[in-house]
Amino acid sequence: YINIYSGHTNNWAVLVCTSRFWFNYRHVANTLSVYRSVKRLGIPDSHIVLMLADDMACNHRNPKPATVFSHKNMELNVYGDDVEVDYRGYEVTVENFLRILTGRLPPSTPRSKRLLSDDRSNILIYLTGHGGNGFLKFQDSEEISNVELADAFEQMWQKRRYNELLFIIDTCQGASMYERFYSPNLMALASSQVGEDSLSHQPDLAIGVHLMDRYTFYLLEFLEDIHPASKTNMNDLFKVCPKSQCVSTPGHRTDLFLRDPGSVLITDFFGSVRKVELTMETINLTDPIEQLESGELQKEMHTYADQLPVSEIIHQKPKQKDWHPPDGFILGLWTLILLVFFQTYGVKHLKHIF
Amino acid sequence: MGLLSDPNRRRALISLLTRLNTPICIVCYMAGVAWFMGLAFEPFTLRTYMSENAMGSTMVEERFPAGERALATGREFSAHKKRTGGMPVEWLMKTMQAKGLEVFTQRFSRTLPFPDENKERYMVRGTNVYGILRAPRAPRTEALVLSAPCSPGDNNNQAVGLLLGLAEYFRNQIYWAKDIIFLVNEHDLIGMQAWLEGYHHTNTTGMDWSPLQGRGGSIQAALSLELSSDIITSLDLVLEGLNGQLPNLDLANLFYAFCQKIGVLCTIQGKLQRNDWDSVSGYSHAVQTMMLMVMKQASGRPWGDHGLFLRYHIEAATIKGVNSFRQYKTDATTIGRLLEGMYRKLNNLLERLHQSYFFYLMPSLSHFVSIGYYMPAFGLLAVILLLRALDLWVQLSTPPQRTEDGVTDIEPVRGTHFKTVADLLSLLTPLVISHLTGVALYMLPIRFQEMAVEHFPVSETEAVVLTAIAVYTAGLALPHNTHRLLSGEGTEQGWRVLKLVAVLYLAVLLGCTALINFSLGFILALTLVPVAAFVTPHVPKVLSAFILVILSPACTLLFSVFFFQELQEMPISFQDGWLLFLSVISQGILDHSLYGSLVYPLITLLVYPCWLLFWNILFWN
Repeated sequence: YINIYSGHTNNWAVLVCTSRFWFNYRHVANTLSVYRSVKRLGIPDSHIVLMLADDMACNHRNPKPATVFSHKNMELNVYGDDVEVDYRGYEVTVENFLRILTGRLPPSTPRSKRLLSDDRSNILIYLTGHGGNGFLKFQDSEEISNVELADAFEQMWQKRRYNELLFIIDTCQGASMYERFYSPNLMALASSQVGEDSLSHQPDLAIGVHLMDRYTFYLLEFLEDIHPASKTNMNDLFKVCPKSQCVSTPGHRTDLFLRDPGSVLITDFFGSVRKVELTMETINLTDPIEQLESGELQKEMHTYADQLPVSEIIHQKPKQKDWHPPDGFILGLWTLILLVFFQTYGVKHLKHIF
Repeated sequence: MGLLSDPNRRRALISLLTRLNTPICIVCYMAGVAWFMGLAFEPFTLRTYMSENAMGSTMVEERFPAGERALATGREFSAHKKRTGGMPVEWLMKTMQAKGLEVFTQRFSRTLPFPDENKERYMVRGTNVYGILRAPRAPRTEALVLSAPCSPGDNNNQAVGLLLGLAEYFRNQIYWAKDIIFLVNEHDLIGMQAWLEGYHHTNTTGMDWSPLQGRGGSIQAALSLELSSDIITSLDLVLEGLNGQLPNLDLANLFYAFCQKIGVLCTIQGKLQRNDWDSVSGYSHAVQTMMLMVMKQASGRPWGDHGLFLRYHIEAATIKGVNSFRQYKTDATTIGRLLEGMYRKLNNLLERLHQSYFFYLMPSLSHFVSIGYYMPAFGLLAVILLLRALDLWVQLSTPPQRTEDGVTDIEPVRGTHFKTVADLLSLLTPLVISHLTGVALYMLPIRFQEMAVEHFPVSETEAVVLTAIAVYTAGLALPHNTHRLLSGEGTEQGWRVLKLVAVLYLAVLLGCTALINFSLGFILALTLVPVAAFVTPHVPKVLSAFILVILSPACTLLFSVFFFQELQEMPISFQDGWLLFLSVISQGILDHSLYGSLVYPLITLLVYPCWLLFWNILFWN
């Protein structure tokens, strides 16, 4: 039985730009381009976690303030007035990124900063910045390694936080970041192989920076042709930006994915498509709706981790502490003391105590 | 047993050292000179490259349009300058304010220790005018400086005009992340020193200036512009600053990158680049360029208005427009675009320039030699001094073989034993007297210039210089007699100890100098190390005295003056050379008191006494 339908009911996107400084304008433009496509295809802001490490639109050096362009000659402004950045500036750290993925956030974190996915969510994760063989640099001061990322995805799998996950990375030597994945239902794309650099696309002569990276530029061009009803599948996505255009060799990984990539639609990850079936017939529901016993409700084998512990936030009851027997250490310590005492003073003193 | 703890091996090593000392010294000297000459050979150099990431591959289309208007402003400036006979302060203030800058002035005054005959000034009084372009959206934490000097006569009018034109263009842009300060300084270096001292609230040279009313944050980089004609054929980059300090190589790389992008001919030391490095003439061209840089760096004077910024860790360079006889001419708009491009790149800086080298030599504008490559040349010369010191130490440690008395002192003498106070005195006396002579050379010329003017028919400047030369020559006569008064004939051991001390002193002195100002250290080492190596009381006196005087610091300076003129392809006659030599001495003294240059105190207080010690050793008996 080969599953060709994904069986997902909701879509999430986590889009991360990890570089700061004005000369890394293109990474912010990359992320905002993917954000724009994803939003256009239907994923709402409440289901997008956008992390931008620096503010290019309001950078003092931007000759066109409040804009981030992704095409030269300023054809396409991807910043606009409806961009919601969830993690900005110094909040984009490795720790925050991993906490978003695994859901281990402090109770005070607002909803917009959480990835509230469940076991029927398809998640798109897009990372861009400066990377190397096995790591991605965050904010010029720290790195995330491919091992950490793979472990984070495994945590997500074990906590049933995704149905299928598409991981796209546009950095130098990007393929090294998906080498260590070992959880099921992961598909990964990267802009360059190990040992290759991902190159930037075009400089803008008025702004004075490179506006986009090549891979994401051609990805954006590809995505502009997708609309919510498109039936384009992943095999077309793998063909985006061949070596003649990208100079580097894009790579992909599908061995962990249970479905055949040819049957995976682009909109499974990039859009939020509701499967609507129109019917003219009436459907008979069972009549009446049966009430189940309260004990039978616990049919699930796994319990969900409490991702938004509302009850705790509201009630703030102090938890009862269970009684624990004294530690073996303390027992041992007392035994030692007694032994030493008796050895020093002799057993005959025992009678003075008891 | 280890190599040095086994007595047999140690003896063998020591005997090897003493036997082969002179040949090794000669080989080291030749190797040092050969290494230095080899630095200009192109395969041994590296191509320049941009090290700073923030100034990297981004490119901007420069759009400065108003070159002709800038030249017209320059002509207006010249007219007003003629009318006021100095800096046209009101006109400048009005013009800068019309362009939208925040304008401030600073008055300064300074009385030179003696009149400066090159620039014909003695009591200097002036005003600096500067306008600050505030960054539209950025906080006022960082600044860039563009300066042009207000020179007497017809010089640098176009520079001020271009500065004002750029100010107007820059004011209309919104992408500045740093404040830009447009400075017009009067009396070139003196005005610049006053402005920098006022900006940084320091007072190191005793100048009198009014405090600055407006400031712009810490200065990240500065460019000084010198342009005296409407049309130019090439742009020359001047890097050498005060005390031989150089700006970060990234600034030179930036200039070179823009020269290539815009297509302007660019030179360094006034010499164009050549592609034929494997031919003799190509190599000698590169050597000449490098030697010019070495000479300029060794002199320790700032060769452009930028030279004073370097002390405050502000990377600065001077760009000079040169109009010579070439076919391809560049107009003011192109120069404006080049400067616009450079400033936009400097605008992208996030930190001070620090990624590239601070110590380097440039045989051409596109090639450089870093400190790691040129320091071994000096190291080889310093090794000679250490070998000599080791040799002397060994000689002092071996028991003296006295054949006249028949009584040999077999007791091994470890190091020196000062058996009597007389021995110690015979060592200290030359030291003290040499240094006192150095102090006299440092202080007397300026102090006694009035007395000299009273008694001799010379001007103050001449008095100062001639007093210096007189004290220098008197020093030759004075020291070597004193120890005779003290203990009669000098002992064999005595001169060895003095020479050991002198050689080590010279090694430390030259080493420290070479670290800060490699060119000065190397040139001094070239002449003083042979002196230190060969001088003993037993060499032929007259010949050695002659050689010692030829290799003394003053004669080195005289030869350098002639050599420098040769390198610049303007050879001069002996009379002119002598006058130039005198003016160089007076400039050196003035630089020290005006800007804090350290070459004059170094030579008079440290190098000259060291040389006198060797003179002393020559006349020990």
